[in-house]
Amino acid sequence: MMPFLPVVLFTDWLVYLLVAVIAAVAWHVRRHEHLVAPWRRVVRSKSGMVGLVVLAVLVVIGLLDSLHYRPRLGVQQADAKAAYAVDVLSVFDVLSEPLRARREKTYSAPLATELYAKETIELSDGGQAREYPRLQYGGAHLQNPQEDFVADVAKHALTGVASGLFGWLALTIVLCASLAHRHQTRVGESWRRIWCGETEVPWAAILLTSLAILLIAGPAIALGVKYHILGTDKVGQDVLYLALKSIRTGLVIGTLTTLVMLPFAIALGIMAGYFGGWIDDIIQYLYTTLNSIPGVLLIAAAVLMTQVYIDTHPEMFTTTAQRADFRLLFLCIILGVTSWTSLCRLLRGETLKLKELEYIQAAHAFGVRHLRIVTRHVLPNVMHIVLISVVMEFSGLVLAEAVLSYVGVGVDPSMISFGTMINNARLEMAREPMVWWSLAAAFIFMFALVLSANLFADAVRDAFDPRIRSRTLTPARLRELAAGSGGRGAERAA
Amino acid sequence: MTRPLLRVRDLRTWIDTGDAVVRAVDGVSFDVGHGETFALLGESGCGKSMTALSVMRLLPDAGSIVGGSVELDERDLLQLPEAEMRNIRGRRIAMIFQEPMLSLNPVMTAGENIAETLGRHTGLAGAALEARVLALLDAVHMPDAARRRHEYPFQLSGGMKQRVMIAMALACDPELLIADEPTTALDVTIQAEVLDLLRELQKSRRMSLMLITHDLGVVAEMAHRVAVMYAGEIVETASREAFFARPAHPYSRKLFDSVPAGHKRGEALAVIRGGVPPLTGGFSGCRFAERCDSAWELCRRTAPGWHDAGGGQKARCHLFAPGEKMKEEGGRQKAEGIPARSAGPLHPSSFILHPSSAPLLAVRDLQVHFPVHRGLLKRVVARVKAVDGVSLAIESGRTLGLVGESGCGKTTVGKGILRLVEPTGGEVLFDGADLARLGHGELRSRRKHVQIIFQDPYASLNPRMRVAETLEEGMAALGLGAGRTERQARIDRLLAEVGLSPEVKYRYPHEFSGGQRQRIAIARALSVEPRLIVCDEPTSALDVSVQAQILNLLKELQQKKGLAYLFITHNISVIEFLAHEVAVMYLGRIVEHGMVDEVLGDPKHPYTRALLSAVPVIDQATRRGVIRLQGELPSPVDPPAGCHFHPRCPAAFAPCRQQYPGKTEFTKTHAARCYLYAAPAAEEKA
Repeated sequence: MMPFLPVVLFTDWLVYLLVAVIAAVAWHVRRHEHLVAPWRRVVRSKSGMVGLVVLAVLVVIGLLDSLHYRPRLGVQQADAKAAYAVDVLSVFDVLSEPLRARREKTYSAPLATELYAKETIELSDGGQAREYPRLQYGGAHLQNPQEDFVADVAKHALTGVASGLFGWLALTIVLCASLAHRHQTRVGESWRRIWCGETEVPWAAILLTSLAILLIAGPAIALGVKYHILGTDKVGQDVLYLALKSIRTGLVIGTLTTLVMLPFAIALGIMAGYFGGWIDDIIQYLYTTLNSIPGVLLIAAAVLMTQVYIDTHPEMFTTTAQRADFRLLFLCIILGVTSWTSLCRLLRGETLKLKELEYIQAAHAFGVRHLRIVTRHVLPNVMHIVLISVVMEFSGLVLAEAVLSYVGVGVDPSMISFGTMINNARLEMAREPMVWWSLAAAFIFMFALVLSANLFADAVRDAFDPRIRSRTLTPARLRELAAGSGGRGAERAA
Repeated sequence: MTRPLLRVRDLRTWIDTGDAVVRAVDGVSFDVGHGETFALLGESGCGKSMTALSVMRLLPDAGSIVGGSVELDERDLLQLPEAEMRNIRGRRIAMIFQEPMLSLNPVMTAGENIAETLGRHTGLAGAALEARVLALLDAVHMPDAARRRHEYPFQLSGGMKQRVMIAMALACDPELLIADEPTTALDVTIQAEVLDLLRELQKSRRMSLMLITHDLGVVAEMAHRVAVMYAGEIVETASREAFFARPAHPYSRKLFDSVPAGHKRGEALAVIRGGVPPLTGGFSGCRFAERCDSAWELCRRTAPGWHDAGGGQKARCHLFAPGEKMKEEGGRQKAEGIPARSAGPLHPSSFILHPSSAPLLAVRDLQVHFPVHRGLLKRVVARVKAVDGVSLAIESGRTLGLVGESGCGKTTVGKGILRLVEPTGGEVLFDGADLARLGHGELRSRRKHVQIIFQDPYASLNPRMRVAETLEEGMAALGLGAGRTERQARIDRLLAEVGLSPEVKYRYPHEFSGGQRQRIAIARALSVEPRLIVCDEPTSALDVSVQAQILNLLKELQQKKGLAYLFITHNISVIEFLAHEVAVMYLGRIVEHGMVDEVLGDPKHPYTRALLSAVPVIDQATRRGVIRLQGELPSPVDPPAGCHFHPRCPAAFAPCRQQYPGKTEFTKTHAARCYLYAAPAAEEKA
């Protein structure tokens, strides 16, 4: 009998679907030289690859957090019907077990060994004293926190840094070896080429980013199992855990919304541009109208209706996770419905331009059917716009989730997200002494996610936008090259 | 010898395209004297525009000048700080660009555009500035200058915009004017005016003019001295007279040979084999060696230096080296003695009239009107009469040339025949069926008989489809070829027919040059075995040498397959070379129609005469005086009453304003619509 029951939430399905679509597209692209070319340019961009490395780490966390299951309860007889816990856990939860399980009573500062506020404690002699009580888990291994704390933190941090460095070295050596293997050179040679920037892919930048990530992650893990390195929140949950869990919510909103909106935007945009006439009129009226309704109102109404539906149909949702997930899905859909207009407009314009092009006219002259013209001639030639706008939109949607949850029409309050973290921080910032670490953690993680997505998006746009063609050499370097090629003496023409 | 105004020595400009470094200008030296017109002639991609931009130091971001010097009056411009360079640009050296649409700021009026340059360099302001702007606009013969200067660029026609551009360039009396293809985007009649204007201004202001062009005709009319550029370097310099009397460098000769003309009708045009070598690497020998018929081993080994070809003419070619045991004349003979054709001469029988019973295509009174919608309810307030009653007929195996300036509706005629735009009236009879009235299903079954080739080789192929997919599309849509294998075999055959190797079918369009793309486009049209091909300016985006290849190919295909062409173009010399009959279009109607020799040799309609007189010709001896047309092409929304041409016609008289003239036949084949010749008929009626 299974020790757990796999649970696939609605959003999980869509995440898997998205991964499958991306894999299929990647496979398709690899087989077509003209499709690979712009991606080569992306891969060559330093900032783009730095962004991609950070994004990849965050995406891995998000994907691990999308594999859900319900653990089996207790030890039972073989014939008894298995009972599973009501809590839906994810693979990521298992990996971060030390963070998730060690719940304190309430607020504690980052790396603290005591609670943040004084409490009245009954002494053994019957008297009472007000002091900071020790944390149940954070630094609990220390006998004498005042004296041992600094040495212990330093020891763990150093262990973390050391293992981070070690991991990085191992990674670098594997990379050098595989590059050497591919180019049939020695390992030392590929090491030199990486650091002299002579490789096509900016491996130096990628390795330095990995180094930075490992140098942060190493100590964080080493310290994280003993302390709450970003403190705890009101109910004693580890803030680092909350921040890491928020990543999935952000990613889901950023990607699934796009997935929802793409069919609308592509189909309507191309139809409006290609057919023109009354079809164009109707589609234009549609998105102009939709655009003029304040988005927040529409979203608030839709989310509240969803909530009512969930409340009146409790039988459909066996766990709180499913309820929260359903609401998240609906948030994605309604965000998608309100945000397809700009891409639709772009595609309409591009299609208007394309349909006058001569290869489409030639197809008309052959009597090729409209559907075939759209799928073979128009769609492939607007895909770069779709891609650019999808990656550019991503960060905006992550931020929108934070704002909506803060307003209270975002995700379910039980779902961990940047928005709910910020929402809680509203009260925390107002108390004295101030609790700042929740907000700071949410800020840092969201910043990392959005910044890396933006860097990557910029690289994608530069590579795919036909109007942008950047130079790779500086004028000074060009002149050097010219001098090196042996300038011929001035020849007299006249 | 007096000091030249501009002295360029060993100029080298490299461009970093991201993938490779292109040596666009690679050691160019030339002088431009005071009051001289110096023409830099070359095909696209040879680096002539980059040379001009380097002189102005206005290179695009990716380019930089990596060596050499550019001296203006002994001062090296390349050493000047940017701030000082700004004082030179516009004031001492001015430039006019090719595209007048893009060279004027659309949110400033014509006057403001000019005043900006003036104010920057002269410090004039207020009334003085206004007066100067007006004087400048008068100087460039802007009609109604006082009113026009308050108009925005979109209200001006192409020719007027180019005049404003020239006025801007002249604002500060520059010593050197660089004109980069100043008339390439303009129609011949306007081109003639602009060239006239430039010549006049240059003479009256003693200004030096550096003219960059690909058009031998323009060079013949304008230049004092000529430099021919090829693959980043200058290969020949000469005075105009010497150059046109006997071009020295084999490349220059080939250029002359590949220009289409009437006297070359019976034969194939000379072509330059191969393509321009990539400029990304260095060269060990002569850059033209691979394509040169007179090249020998030395040419591939050593780059030739400058050799005197006599009469101040110099060429960068070993043929003229004194040590080559060949006297100058010997070298010349050697170069001339080489047969100039790579394709065999075409059999003249294709120009013998085939007596044929019925025309393949007969267009009767074709009308294409586009409605103009206004207001909330999108009511039709007017109609653009793009094509307004055009009749023509083509027999199989024959070519009808349709000539006219841009905006006259000639492209719309072609598209109307194919129903790429819906005709609003008239008949298109093909094989007895009226294509204009067929239902979609019936039309599709006849699509294979009529195909089209377009102008722009870059827009005519889908960049995301391989050649094989592009060629297969038509066959698949029209159900030709039984299975995949049969179609693939046909594709191989088609590619061979247009002179490409069958291996190219797995490549994407971006891997081909403009000429090769046009070949693929021709193969696509041929893929469904049409009997008529509408050629919509198929060579006007190509260089002369590539144009020659395509024209030869079209001719050869016509011979082999008995194809009929409707050849739409504005290039008279192409028509002279290729067409059997010609129809001249003006504002949606055909004004003159006849055999090529009749119309081009003895034009009757005043518009045809003006059009022909405006074409720049290489042989100055046969030059006709340019007939200047007044005003601009009227709007097809509201064509003038009576004869559409009367407001611009030098010979207009009273009846022209009343009613559109009827057809006057001069011979069985030659007819025009003009009252000048309708006198007897009019009298009869009266």
